[in-house]
Amino acid sequence: MTTEQYPNVYLYKRIVQAKLFIDHNYADKIELDNIADEAYFSKFHFIRLFKTIYGKTPHQYLTAVRIEKAIQLLKDNVPVKEVCFLVGFDSLSSFSGLFKRIVGQSPSSYVTLQRLLKEQINETPLAFVPGCFAFQHGWT
Amino acid sequence: MKMTHVCVYVLNQESAYDFYTNKLGFKVKMDVPMGANARWLTVTPPEQPELEITLFPVAPGQKFNEETVKSMTELIRKGTFGPGVFTCKDIYATYEELKAKGVEFMKPPSKEFYGTEALFKDDSGNWFSLAQLV
Repeated sequence: MTTEQYPNVYLYKRIVQAKLFIDHNYADKIELDNIADEAYFSKFHFIRLFKTIYGKTPHQYLTAVRIEKAIQLLKDNVPVKEVCFLVGFDSLSSFSGLFKRIVGQSPSSYVTLQRLLKEQINETPLAFVPGCFAFQHGWT
Repeated sequence: MKMTHVCVYVLNQESAYDFYTNKLGFKVKMDVPMGANARWLTVTPPEQPELEITLFPVAPGQKFNEETVKSMTELIRKGTFGPGVFTCKDIYATYEELKAKGVEFMKPPSKEFYGTEALFKDDSGNWFSLAQLV
């Protein structure tokens, strides 16, 4: 069976394109109606298909992408307030609440812990590398 | 006993970083500078955060001399090494997404007796199986 012959190939391509659209445009105000329209599906059919493939509704997936991007930005020392808007949230309180619910700690606590981790890595990098690798590569 | 680290030798660590994170969607677990020209870089598959894949550059040093680097580079480039199998829940969705991101597939998904399987290469030439098991 070649790729162009597998069942529902066009359906897959459209759902994947919708997922990639979310991946690229998470920072903007995304209306799910628009994504469904672009994928040529009715809204409810689209949501059902998306969830079947990815295990999340498009909205749940969008939230997950935004939080994941926020984590990356916070690791890069971008201030919490900026991160909130850079990943597409309208309010700091809704961002912080969702972040805490998903990550298990507030954005500011996360930043503090990441800063500590970075300091430890800089001070004792070998503590973070399995000894056998470090030895083989002459780092010890 | 369980596997916590595996090593994938790559030809360019920076390019591998981009491939494994931006194309495959893996997360960086450790990125530790080890002096001027070395870096301990590990990534984890999205659904397996406990398995660290070490992206280790094939470069002259204590482990590899110039001759070994040359041989390893040639072997990796020509696709000698297949470090492993990634399984996924929906191979057609994963295949379409990776293809859209520019991942080179040596074999599109095809039915096998154990499931559906495709083969793809990383940016160095290491090949992997992508499978959805029955």
